[in-house]
Amino acid sequence: MSDLFQAVTDYSPYLWEGVQVTLALSGGGAVVALVVAVTLGLCAISPFVVLRVGSRVVVEFFRGTSLVVQLFFLFYVFPLFGIDLPGMWCGIIGLGLNYGAYGSEVVRGSLNAVAKVQWESTTALSMSWSMAVRRVIWPQAWGLMLPGLNNLMVMLVKGTAVALLIGLHDLTYWVEVMRKDPEVGLWIAYGVGFLLYYLVALGCSSGLRLLERRAQRRLGLAPSKTRTTRATAEAVA
Amino acid sequence: MEFDLEFALEAVGPLLMAFLQVTLVVTVAGSVIAALLGLIWAVGQRELPTPIRMVLTWVLDVIRMTPLPLQLLFAVAIFISFDGYRRFPETDVETIGMILGVAVFSVHYSTYMAESYRAGIESIGRGQWEAATALSLPRIRVWRAVIIPQALRATLPSLGNWAIAMFKDTPFLLVILVPEMVAKAKQLGGASYQYTEVFTVAGLIFLAASYPTAVLMRKLEKKLVY
Amino acid sequence: MEDVAKRFGKNTVLDGLNFTVERGERVTLIGPSGSGKTTILRLLMTLEELSGGYIYVDGDPLTYAKRGNRRVKLPNKEVTRIRKRIGMVFQQFNLFPNMTVCENIIEAPVHVLGQSKEEARAKAVDLLDQVGLRDKIDAHPSSLSGGQQQRVAIARALAMEPEILLLDEVTSALDPELVGDVLEVLREVARETDITMLLVTHEMQFAQDVSHRVLMFDEGRVIEEAKPEVMFNNPEHERTKQFLQAIL
Repeated sequence: MSDLFQAVTDYSPYLWEGVQVTLALSGGGAVVALVVAVTLGLCAISPFVVLRVGSRVVVEFFRGTSLVVQLFFLFYVFPLFGIDLPGMWCGIIGLGLNYGAYGSEVVRGSLNAVAKVQWESTTALSMSWSMAVRRVIWPQAWGLMLPGLNNLMVMLVKGTAVALLIGLHDLTYWVEVMRKDPEVGLWIAYGVGFLLYYLVALGCSSGLRLLERRAQRRLGLAPSKTRTTRATAEAVA
Repeated sequence: MEFDLEFALEAVGPLLMAFLQVTLVVTVAGSVIAALLGLIWAVGQRELPTPIRMVLTWVLDVIRMTPLPLQLLFAVAIFISFDGYRRFPETDVETIGMILGVAVFSVHYSTYMAESYRAGIESIGRGQWEAATALSLPRIRVWRAVIIPQALRATLPSLGNWAIAMFKDTPFLLVILVPEMVAKAKQLGGASYQYTEVFTVAGLIFLAASYPTAVLMRKLEKKLVY
Repeated sequence: MEDVAKRFGKNTVLDGLNFTVERGERVTLIGPSGSGKTTILRLLMTLEELSGGYIYVDGDPLTYAKRGNRRVKLPNKEVTRIRKRIGMVFQQFNLFPNMTVCENIIEAPVHVLGQSKEEARAKAVDLLDQVGLRDKIDAHPSSLSGGQQQRVAIARALAMEPEILLLDEVTSALDPELVGDVLEVLREVARETDITMLLVTHEMQFAQDVSHRVLMFDEGRVIEEAKPEVMFNNPEHERTKQFLQAIL
C-alpha cells in the first residue's frame, strides 16, 4: 500500500500532465465532433439533394477510413503541403472529424425518429424548414440523441490514446514510463492508469447523463436502451 | 507536391499483403472470440449470483471505458513480466504480437458485444420465458433452444457492426509494433517522405473493406430487426 | 391451495385464499380484472413467487412446504418434478418463433421427459390431428393465424401429458371469428380426457359447457361458488349479478 502511495506521489506531476493532455484532447475533440455531428446531421435531413449527398459522402469517408489513418494524414501528409499543425491540434481535429462523423449518424437517426406527424403539423402551420427544425423537431430529437452521443463520448475519451502515435505525452505515455520504473512496476502503473481513464470517462459520461435526464424529463420520455445500443454499434461501423 | 501514382501502385501489393496477413486475421479471429465471450458475459449477467454479477459488470465497464492502446501495452508488459519471449524462443515476435493483439481486441470488444447481446435478450418477451417454465425446460435448454437463437437474430447486425469497428481499430496494433497495414504504410512512406501515397492507399483499402460490409449490415439490420 | 397470499410490493392481490380442486374436475374462475384469478394460475405454474401459504398438487407441496412451524422453500429439482404434471396455455400463445410447429411440440417431451425424437414426433402428429392442423407440422408459427397458433400451443401443452391443465384467457387475444375453433378443440379435450382443468375465461357459454364448478372472484377472494348452471342463471351474490350483467 505504501508502495502505491509513494509511486503515485512521485509521479503525480507527470500523471497530472498526462491527464491534462488527455482532457484537452477529449474536450477539444468533443467540441469539434459536436459541431461536425450537428452540421452533417442537419445536412442529412435537409431538403437539398446536394447537401444530403454531400454529407453522406463525407460521413462514409470518415467512418470508412480508420481514425489512425486520418490522424496520420494530418500529422505526416499535411506538413508536406505546408500545413504544419502542432500534434495537439492534429489530435483534436482528427478525433473531432472521426467521432463527428459517427455522431452525425446518431443525430440523423434521432431527427428521423421524431414522429412524422410532428413534421406534418409544422407544414400545417406553414413553418419554414429551418423554423420547424429549430422550434419543433430539434428539441424533441435532442433527448433521443443524448444517450447515443454519450456512448460516443466515452469512445472519444478512449480514442485520445492515439496521441501516443503522434508523439504526445498523454496519460498512456506516462503510464508506460511509470511501468518501466522498477520502483513502481507493472501492476501499480497500469492499475493507476486504468483507474484514471475510467474516472475521466465516467466523469464525462455522468455529466452527459445529467443533461439526458433533464431533456427526458422535459419530454416525458426515455429512449430505449436497446435502440441506443444498436444505434451506437451502427454509427461506429 | 505531386501525387506519385507509380509509387502508390507499387505500395498496393505490400500493403494488401499486410492487410491480409495481419489486419484481417486479427479482425476475424478477434470478432469470433469476442462474440463468444460477449455471449458468456451476457448470460453470466443474468444467471450469476448478485455479488459476482456486480463484480463482472464493473470489470466489463472498466474494460469498455479504458483505451485499447493502453490495454495492448498492458498485455505486452504482462507477457514480458512472465518472461514470455524467452519461454517461447521459437515463436517470432510478430506472431506473439498478433496473438496478444487478438486476445486484447477480443476481450475489449466482447464488452461491447455483451451490451448488444443484453439488449437482444431483454427484447425477448416475458412470455417466452414463461412458456419455457410452463414446459419445465431445463435452464440450459431454455438458453440454448429458446433465448439465444432469438436474441442472436436481433443482435447479429450489431455484432457485425462491432466487428467493423474492431477492424478500423487494428492500426492501434502499431503501439505494440505489430506490422499491420498502417505500420507497413508508415514504414514504406518514411523512406522517401512519400506519406501521401501510402496513407491514401491504406485509407482506400480500409474504405473498400469496411464500407460494403457496413452497408450489408444495415441491410441485414432492416431485414432481421424490424 | 392453503392460505395462499400474493403481494406485488405493497399491493396485496391474494390474501388467505383456500380452495381445492378434485382430480379430473374442471373449474372456471371468473371475476373482474384485477380480482386475482390469473394470478392463481400463474402461482400454480410457478411463474410468480408465492408470498404466503402453500400449494399442494396431489398432496405434494409445489414451491413451499411446511416443516413444523416453518415455511421452507423447496429446491428447484423438487419443484420441477411436481411442475411437470402441470401444463399451461397462455393468452398470448407464446410459441417459440424460432422453431417449427413440430419442434415447438416435441421440445419438452424430448428434453424434459426424455422421449426419443421419433416417438415424440409421432405423438405430435396425433396431437396436431386432434387440433386439426396436421398439414402445418413443419410450418413456422409466424405463418399461422392467431387461432392456429393457439391450437398448436394447446397441442404443445398436451404433449407433456399433464394431469392438470391451466388455461389463461386462451381466446382473449383472438379475433372473434377464430375463437370458435379453439374452443371446439378444448371442448373435445374436456370430453375425451380426464385432465383436471383450471380455466380463466370470459366465454361464459363455453365455461358452462365444460366446467363442473365456477368460482367467482373479487378482490382476491372467492365470493361465490356454484355449479355453472346455477352461477350463470341464478347467482346469489350481488357482485356476481353485476359482473355477469356487465359481460353478457
